[in-house]
Amino acid sequence: MNDNRTIALVAGVLALLTAATAVGQFLKRHPDRGLDPAAIRTFNNRLRGWWILCTVLAAAFWLGTTATVVLFGLVSFWALREFITLTPTRKGDHRALFWVFFLFTPLHYVLVGLNRYDVFSVFLPVYATLFVLARVAFAGDYKRFLERTAKIQAGLVVCVYCLSFAPALLQIPIEGASDADRTGNFRLLFFLILLVQFADCMQYVWSRMLGQRLVASAVSSNRTWEGLLGSATSTALLAAVLWWAAPPFQLWQATLAGLVVAVMGFAGGMTMSAIKRDRGVKDYGTLVVGHGGVLDRIDSMCFAAPVFYHITLLITGVKPG
Amino acid sequence: MLSPADIAEKEPAPSRKASGRSPLCRAAGLGLAGLARLLAGASIRWIASQPDTCQRVYFANHTSHLDALIVWSSLPQTVRELTRPVAAKDYWSRGLVRRWLAEEVFDAILIDRTDIKVHQSPVDMMLREAGTTHSLIVFPEGGRSSTGEVGEFKSGLYYLAKKRPDLELIPVHIDNLNRVLPRGEFLPVPLLSCISFGPPMWLERGEAKLDFLARARRAVLALKE
Repeated sequence: MNDNRTIALVAGVLALLTAATAVGQFLKRHPDRGLDPAAIRTFNNRLRGWWILCTVLAAAFWLGTTATVVLFGLVSFWALREFITLTPTRKGDHRALFWVFFLFTPLHYVLVGLNRYDVFSVFLPVYATLFVLARVAFAGDYKRFLERTAKIQAGLVVCVYCLSFAPALLQIPIEGASDADRTGNFRLLFFLILLVQFADCMQYVWSRMLGQRLVASAVSSNRTWEGLLGSATSTALLAAVLWWAAPPFQLWQATLAGLVVAVMGFAGGMTMSAIKRDRGVKDYGTLVVGHGGVLDRIDSMCFAAPVFYHITLLITGVKPG
Repeated sequence: MLSPADIAEKEPAPSRKASGRSPLCRAAGLGLAGLARLLAGASIRWIASQPDTCQRVYFANHTSHLDALIVWSSLPQTVRELTRPVAAKDYWSRGLVRRWLAEEVFDAILIDRTDIKVHQSPVDMMLREAGTTHSLIVFPEGGRSSTGEVGEFKSGLYYLAKKRPDLELIPVHIDNLNRVLPRGEFLPVPLLSCISFGPPMWLERGEAKLDFLARARRAVLALKE
């Protein structure tokens, strides 16, 4: 932890969060400033979420690679739970789902932890798919067969496979760093998380300020083209400002990564909105009173993580595994 | 009609109070309640209703073998220790673990579904076992529905209400648990479920049996949303 870049990053994040909290509390105590109180509440709630996120991440990073992989594994597991809960499945899917939850998901994360890119990159998309198809067929219920298996498959890919590329960043060899020193990798992962969160936020801000043209009014009533454009630009800018924190990148590469992360995050949010609209719910966590779901928080991350991972591989030219 | 005093006089309630159970059983109960709630991802809602240690009958729709365990786990610990699930003897007395759980941990009242006699009606047995302190968890459909629809209620709930009009009847709706452990499966899938407790109801004066049972069923269904 005792290199200058890490210290600068941690100090910067702490300073930013503290300042934002101070502003949030000030606005809460002085409601006569003409600002929308609901917006202030949202802002303060978001901030609380970020404090929790940063604390949990810091603890996981401090404990090491394995702890971080396990943490992401648990998040995947919970998100998949929410996904399948809100997806109508039939009794014939039960056995397949059991193995999906208790074998495929944990085993995939074990492979990620063991740095077996050659296996984990095909394990879920190929072998889990084949298993689910066959197991549901063996169960003997052919009604809406493709639809049901596709739903389970979509849940696995989005909630488990895609998200696992975030902790997989910890395994990429970084030039100039010894194998034992993973600080650079942790900074890279934090860089991704920061960009995703920032892009989400900027999308909201730009849509509120300049939003005119909705991307798809039937799917989301607050995601606009202006929001997408604004978020992509601001996130690319932030990535450029912070490029020194993400070890394998040069300035232009970090900027490009920021741009792509923002666009992918936006796509993830749109996709989850479409699923939610279809199921007639506002968020995935409606079963847990008073909380948005885990899936609502990680939708952009699920879409951004694999692309960010492969950009990193392409740019650095390293072979994974 | 039986009053609480009658019961206490006639037949002293079994004095198996929570404090009388061994620490192992209490620890197992706590651990199991936690595990069950984690596995079934149960979120618990009290709708126009509050947890209370007063004597109650919780009646719920029946969708899964986990139902009794989950409803019991969803109650706060002080209430849980006074609450006894009513369960089928043929299922819960099979095997050592199940019997130990039913008898020592949940303190369940086991009803023999295959051998119901006139002189030993299950309702009388439930009331005798409940005494003047315990609450009950019952499933008035009598068996698990396999479709997920809530079936017609059997008359036991009506006779419970008639013989002990002082008991609060609390409707409970169990959502999604049939997908966690459907009928005929033994391995659970850890989806999220929701347990909703509704406001207390009583048998109205002169209310006909079928009307009351239909009203009780509607009270459970109303908690669906």
